[in-house]
Amino acid sequence: MNLRRTGAVARKEFLHILRDGRSLTMALALPMLMILLFGYALSLDVDRIPTIIYDSDQSPESRELISRFQGSRYFLILGAATDYSTIERKIDADECMLGIVIPRDYSNNLLSGRSPQVQLLFDGSDSNTASIALGYANSIVQPYAAQLRAQAPGGGGAIKTPVDARLRVLYNSRLKSKDYIVPGLIGLILMIIGALLTSLTLAREWEMGTMEQLLSTPLRPAEVALGKMSAYFVLGLIDMFLTIIVGVGIFQVPQRGSYVFLVASGCLFLTGALFWGILISALTRSQLIAYQLAMLTSFLPAFLLSGFVFAIENMPIPVQVVTHLFPTRYFVTILKGIFLRGVGIEVLFLEVSLLAVYAILVFAVVTKRLHQKVA
Amino acid sequence: MWQRILGIIRKEFLQTLKDTRTRGLLFGPPILQLILFGYAVNMDIERARIAWVDADHTPESRDLLAAFQGARTFRVTANPSTDGEIQDLMDHGKVQAVVRVLPGFSRDVKRGSPSQVQILVDGTNSNTAAIVAGYAGQIVTTYAAKVFAAQQNSRLIPRTSMLGGPAPAVVPMLTSQSRVWFNPDLKSRVYFIPGVIVNIIALVTIMLTAMSIVREKEIGTMEQLMVTPIRPAELIMGKLLPFAMVGILEVVLVVVAARLVFNIPIRGSIPLLLGCALLFLLTTLGVGLFISTISHTQQQAMMSSFFFFMPAMLLSGFAFPIRNMPIPVQYLTYLNPLRYFMRIVRDLFLKGAGVESLWQSMLALALFGTAILGLSAVRFHKKLD
Repeated sequence: MNLRRTGAVARKEFLHILRDGRSLTMALALPMLMILLFGYALSLDVDRIPTIIYDSDQSPESRELISRFQGSRYFLILGAATDYSTIERKIDADECMLGIVIPRDYSNNLLSGRSPQVQLLFDGSDSNTASIALGYANSIVQPYAAQLRAQAPGGGGAIKTPVDARLRVLYNSRLKSKDYIVPGLIGLILMIIGALLTSLTLAREWEMGTMEQLLSTPLRPAEVALGKMSAYFVLGLIDMFLTIIVGVGIFQVPQRGSYVFLVASGCLFLTGALFWGILISALTRSQLIAYQLAMLTSFLPAFLLSGFVFAIENMPIPVQVVTHLFPTRYFVTILKGIFLRGVGIEVLFLEVSLLAVYAILVFAVVTKRLHQKVA
Repeated sequence: MWQRILGIIRKEFLQTLKDTRTRGLLFGPPILQLILFGYAVNMDIERARIAWVDADHTPESRDLLAAFQGARTFRVTANPSTDGEIQDLMDHGKVQAVVRVLPGFSRDVKRGSPSQVQILVDGTNSNTAAIVAGYAGQIVTTYAAKVFAAQQNSRLIPRTSMLGGPAPAVVPMLTSQSRVWFNPDLKSRVYFIPGVIVNIIALVTIMLTAMSIVREKEIGTMEQLMVTPIRPAELIMGKLLPFAMVGILEVVLVVVAARLVFNIPIRGSIPLLLGCALLFLLTTLGVGLFISTISHTQQQAMMSSFFFFMPAMLLSGFAFPIRNMPIPVQYLTYLNPLRYFMRIVRDLFLKGAGVESLWQSMLALALFGTAILGLSAVRFHKKLD
């Protein structure tokens, strides 16, 4: 192993990346685009649910109920319907998500002591938004109902309900989807740099025949691999810092943990991802196959099976077991732990050691493969 | 002329099917996406783990515990006794919420003075948290309503019967009845699987088209094709038609899987779905053709396809609702053909929408399709000369 030779390979690789527009886009523009998309444009927050009200009662009592919905930031009252079919049509046309129907005998029933019923019509197509909206609607109607009962004759006049749920949300009290998606993005981006780009670069040398040239120089295979790796390692670090700076600085994602631990675990994960990339390119000499393999084994699982957007605990058990095979899962847990929970190595020890085990394991396989390949 | 086009089509089919790599590209993505979005990607909360802290230990607090245990949504997995244990459970993400009954709970309930139940929710995943909080709040409110009704009755009945009066007046109770349309069980799968059609057509046809044309350039057979009597327009037709058929085939594959494997209702007309898919194919084939004109290697073609596909998919409303995007971005999505087809597919599957409500989106698809395909064809021509 010679540091000077390794450095030369790294320098050559940097020049390659800088001169090849597409690699540069992949390495810098794509991560930036993703931060922009997830930090600014894409959100799973449910608020301002477009709502239409059909009030066929038109009484002070019904207006009181409506004002409760108007006062909530979760509902955006688009207007009033004058019949049932208007609501149906608007929901069909995607113009609203919720229709509230107040029956004609609402106030009569209420005043005479019978139990009126309000109908809530949801567009359930988007099940996630709908179930959250359902919860919000109930949290408006139920306290109001309780208050009505208390004020009724014999209700004792007390406005307070006997049992009150006091809700406290830990870690992400603003309930912003951005705050849990952006930290996980670091894992996804490092995977793109580590596995995808690295696997392509070695495959390219094989495909163009320059690998043989490289190997006929005094360079040893390990030096080639290490030189390439260090170039992409630096790139990955740059991307990680950019993501942290943009995420925390511009998009105001909370970072409650230690930056040192964040960067250290990032380096560990990146190392594992880089070894994986080298392994892919040791398995195939074609860029196309390398690309597809990398997509399938790194990008897709990092996107869908890491808990980055879609919660792992909601998946069926067999799929949950599969997620344990991909290191991004552990890294995303670490990232969310650091950013949102503000915890450190004492809590995340298991995840960190699994990342280390993964890196060592892949490294062992890689050295074996590279040896066979050249011999 | 048709004979020459047919010749190319036949050659293209043979080439695509013979090459293991492209064969994988044909069936890999649809099957993978169906499995992932049918089984793995699930935003439904079922049996969320909660910790139960009971500092009261009375029949009343156990009643409330029974209410939580009886709900399908929750599963009590821990009974921490100290604050340290609670902190530990939450920090490790072992439970999604902690429900804490404070001492004096039953005394307050009996006395009718307000008592509190604390609910600590792990907000890391804001969506899960919102749903868990909603359900937990609902269980407590339902429990409260039951307690309150019992109290009121016990207060009213003796009073009225003492006076020898009529039956006690019933206290009015406002109830809400929620009806969920289109996806009554609120399953994520019902929402995602139809969208897979859009993703698959886009991903597969763009990549196949771009790569098959670039491959001819890469291995030098493009020149050979050009010296034959085939005209450029015929070449384009011959190249694109097989992939249009592949696209339709993939739609059929996903529709069959949606119906038979995942039990997703298809309320609209399938011929209309296929018609709209054809309109959408104009766009994806056009984009594929365009990418082939800016790429020299299959590698570049694949990457460029990815660059187009990734943001287009994220901004199509597939997983992230367009309604939630900032207003300028919402306007920007009108330029995204995937957006229109996504809406068509979902409305057709779930709402049973027909031409009368989909014609605007269809028109947009047709316009985008002809424009993109036309421009790409012109560019392809120029590149050949």
